[in-house]
Amino acid sequence: MEKPRECKLNHQSVFHLSHKVTSVVPESALLIVLGLILGGIVWAADHIASFTLTPTVFFFYLLPPIVLDAGYFMPNRLFFGNLGTILLYAVIGTVWNAATTGLSLYGVYLSGIMGDLSIGLLDFLLFGSLIAAVDPVAVLAVFEEVHVNDVLFIIVFGESLLNDAVTVVLYNVFDSFVSLGADKVTGVDCVKGIVSFFVVSLGGTLIGIIFAFLLSLVTRFTKHVRIIEPGFVFIISYLSYLTSEMLSLSAILAITFCGICCQKYVKANISEQSSTTVRYTMKMLASGAETIIFMFLGISAVDPAIWTWNTAFILLTLVFISVYRAIGVVLQTWLLNKYRMVQLEIIDQVVMSYGGLRGAVAYALVVLLDEKKVKEKNLFVSTTIIVVFFTVIFQGLTIKPLVQWLKVKKSEHREPKLNEKLHGRAFDHILSAIEDISGQIGHNYLRDKWSNFDRKVLSKLLMRRSAQKSRDRILNVFHELNLKDAISYVAEGERRGSLAFIRSPSTDNIVNVDFSTPRPSTVEASVSYLLRENVSTVCLDMQALEQRRKSIRDTEDTVTHHTLQQYLYKPRQEYKHLYSRHELTSNEDEKQDKEIFHRTMRKRLESFKSTKLGINQTKKTAKLYKRERGQKRRNSSIPNGKIPMESPTRDFTFKEKELEFSDPEETNEYEAEEMSGGIEFLANVTQDTATDSTTGIDNPVFSTEEDQSIFTKVPPWLSPEETVVPSQRARVQIPYSPSNFRRLTPIRLSTKSVDSFLLADSPEERPRSFLPESTHM
Amino acid sequence: MGSAHSMSEEVRELVSKTGFSSEQIEQLHRRFKQLSGGQPTIRKENFNNIPDLELNPIRSKIIHAFFDNRNLRKAPNGLADEINFEDFLIIMSYFRPIEPNMDEEQLERCRKEKLRFLFHMYDSDSDGRITLEEYRNVVEELLSGNPHIGKESARSIADGAMMEAASICVGQMQPDQVYEGITFDDFLKMWQGIDIETKMHVRFLNMDAIALCH
Repeated sequence: MEKPRECKLNHQSVFHLSHKVTSVVPESALLIVLGLILGGIVWAADHIASFTLTPTVFFFYLLPPIVLDAGYFMPNRLFFGNLGTILLYAVIGTVWNAATTGLSLYGVYLSGIMGDLSIGLLDFLLFGSLIAAVDPVAVLAVFEEVHVNDVLFIIVFGESLLNDAVTVVLYNVFDSFVSLGADKVTGVDCVKGIVSFFVVSLGGTLIGIIFAFLLSLVTRFTKHVRIIEPGFVFIISYLSYLTSEMLSLSAILAITFCGICCQKYVKANISEQSSTTVRYTMKMLASGAETIIFMFLGISAVDPAIWTWNTAFILLTLVFISVYRAIGVVLQTWLLNKYRMVQLEIIDQVVMSYGGLRGAVAYALVVLLDEKKVKEKNLFVSTTIIVVFFTVIFQGLTIKPLVQWLKVKKSEHREPKLNEKLHGRAFDHILSAIEDISGQIGHNYLRDKWSNFDRKVLSKLLMRRSAQKSRDRILNVFHELNLKDAISYVAEGERRGSLAFIRSPSTDNIVNVDFSTPRPSTVEASVSYLLRENVSTVCLDMQALEQRRKSIRDTEDTVTHHTLQQYLYKPRQEYKHLYSRHELTSNEDEKQDKEIFHRTMRKRLESFKSTKLGINQTKKTAKLYKRERGQKRRNSSIPNGKIPMESPTRDFTFKEKELEFSDPEETNEYEAEEMSGGIEFLANVTQDTATDSTTGIDNPVFSTEEDQSIFTKVPPWLSPEETVVPSQRARVQIPYSPSNFRRLTPIRLSTKSVDSFLLADSPEERPRSFLPESTHM
Repeated sequence: MGSAHSMSEEVRELVSKTGFSSEQIEQLHRRFKQLSGGQPTIRKENFNNIPDLELNPIRSKIIHAFFDNRNLRKAPNGLADEINFEDFLIIMSYFRPIEPNMDEEQLERCRKEKLRFLFHMYDSDSDGRITLEEYRNVVEELLSGNPHIGKESARSIADGAMMEAASICVGQMQPDQVYEGITFDDFLKMWQGIDIETKMHVRFLNMDAIALCH
């Protein structure tokens, strides 16, 4: 058994080594080197360069996924918040770079250092325009390793995306000038060039927005074709790219803005699974494309046919692009800092200049050049290759140590805190109000106006109705947090074994789950997997917990419990049709579900029983709820209810839904007396809850709508002789017999009006019920 | 505002008190006159003239904040009926951007002032604590702009947030511990990691034209 161990050790060491390597050397650099090696092999074998990165393949197949990925996951608020800065750098910065580089090279050429080349001024300008642009692929690849703060990243990255318009225009303009010939260029042509810039950029953006609109609209109606939803996203986005390419507008801008504009609505409209699919596919395509690009860059470099070496030219190009970029950044930042709220410091400027990487776009553009018009194409190609390699490898390697040395502010990935979101929202409103009061038209004012417009017009048009309700960021954070808590809670439970959830009455004041201990990630993974796959089978023991001491100290308890209420019953739809009085289910999950539910109900009843003599006599009411097909769970899972404050009574409320079942009122009930036999257990909670309420924190509502849904979904339960089973796995299927259906009475616990309730005809032991609340969301 | 000489002296006084530049003060004075309709003081009703403010979900709280004696540094509680220009400026000065050349202590003071303003907004009964009810109130107002979120969910969000705050401020609580409410120190603790100075400010530019149009 020596071998496997050795192998394992080797694998581990290789893994560790590779991990260390990639944290120092950016992946793109590695890929280029790998490409070089491969290219060398190919050349050695064939003596010709068989594989090169052709512009067609690059522009039509490799670049779109990367840009779409960037646009779709773009942090919109950050992007538009810094849009002015980004635009300035992208447009003015690129023009500056192109002009200065081209002119300087021309100047040097005139001085004769470069030797004898057949280049004119326009050729230099053309070269300058294609080498000036910062490349989005390279920026993404390198900055991925270096986690600079968000603002800095978005500025550099945004610049790299938006400068495409400038690059395209400049390239085409100078290309046409070169074909015309230097002497035939007139002032009109220059003006035309400037106008074409606006047309190209604005046109591209417009196309992107139109297609985003189309995409959002389409996804609004894909409720019945969920499977192909991801397809729409990709196809329509790609269409935007092709359309604008066809119209000779800026394709990158089109697909970028398509992604940016559609993300909100598409993410709201498509189902969870589609969303996940889209996300993963996009990432896969993007990283695949990136890998191919860099490898091919390496492979294409090994082509002696194109190699022309001109020391002065190459060296000077390198020098000029770095120097002029730095100068450009400094000048523009100085100008911008007058108008920016958050100033860009020297450190930021250093990172920005150093992070101006050139990449495959420049290479593809240079290969596109026509040799007959541009005689020194090979020189340009070689120089471009060297520049790209230099920036990606050298600058990529050194940027991380530089960032660390300069102590650049890193991105903080904090857990989203509900308070932050709330206060953030409050800020926005306060700031807009102050702007209104002081009569300014500021950033907040504009953003406010836009979000009003969006809410009133766009969302109504583009978002599915069900999604509109739940699309509030605060709500999302709330749900996320709850879900997280729920998952960790259940993970903890699993770790401890479900027995941990069963408490003896004497120790009811102590939280049984200790959240301070770190949880093993493996358990967590399995639990979260479990949650996602098989939601309803996860421990319904939480219900039991809820019955126990609802103290404000058990903050995590109640939050998770509360969440679990919302989330664990998510996939209700598939069970719906299984529910009928006459149909017995054979679904394994069903069994477990029911069993767990029954167990829990019993526990609950037991606890109620123990407090029966107390003040709180609550009853459960079962109502049937229609679960709208396809209705997003989120909508309905927002708990509503009241928290017992001063009053000793508890109000339990839930949302009403319409009845759908063809069968008349199937209700659940449980006869307490049947239960009393075998049930042992649990805490007596309810007694204490009333006294817990203080003016401080109270328990979040726990909605019993979920309970009700359980009732209605799960056939009424019976089987008195069954005792509480500690394990979560069902062992016995509990048969349900229609004859035992009864109806339950709610007890009016509060002065709130009750819409309707079913009258019970149960014997003396009144089952508890929860009060339906008349108001619902 | 009297003769030019006294104006500049008053202005200088205001500059030193609030930190605004004289151009900004002039501009804000113009706006003040617009809002007050030429009167020397503003009342709550004057704020109704601002149409965009109507759409703001927490406008009542914001307007309250203008009249809050604590913000005006006049009294520990209560509301003023009307404010004059100096009070107006004091409130506005809470939203000044931080100077680039501030030192640590000034920065800390600035930050505290801004956070105190927020705290006063939340703590409507001036007892020095943000209780659950007050928090709920705030959250309900905040989310009232969204028609799809009902009162109950707003309430539960508030509760969740309160619990989060409790867990930050107090950590794991003992069974018999009671969390009264968020005090100002707790509030500061909550905002420790976040640089509010860069977020909570409005830029006061010299945009005359804008100030004159609604």
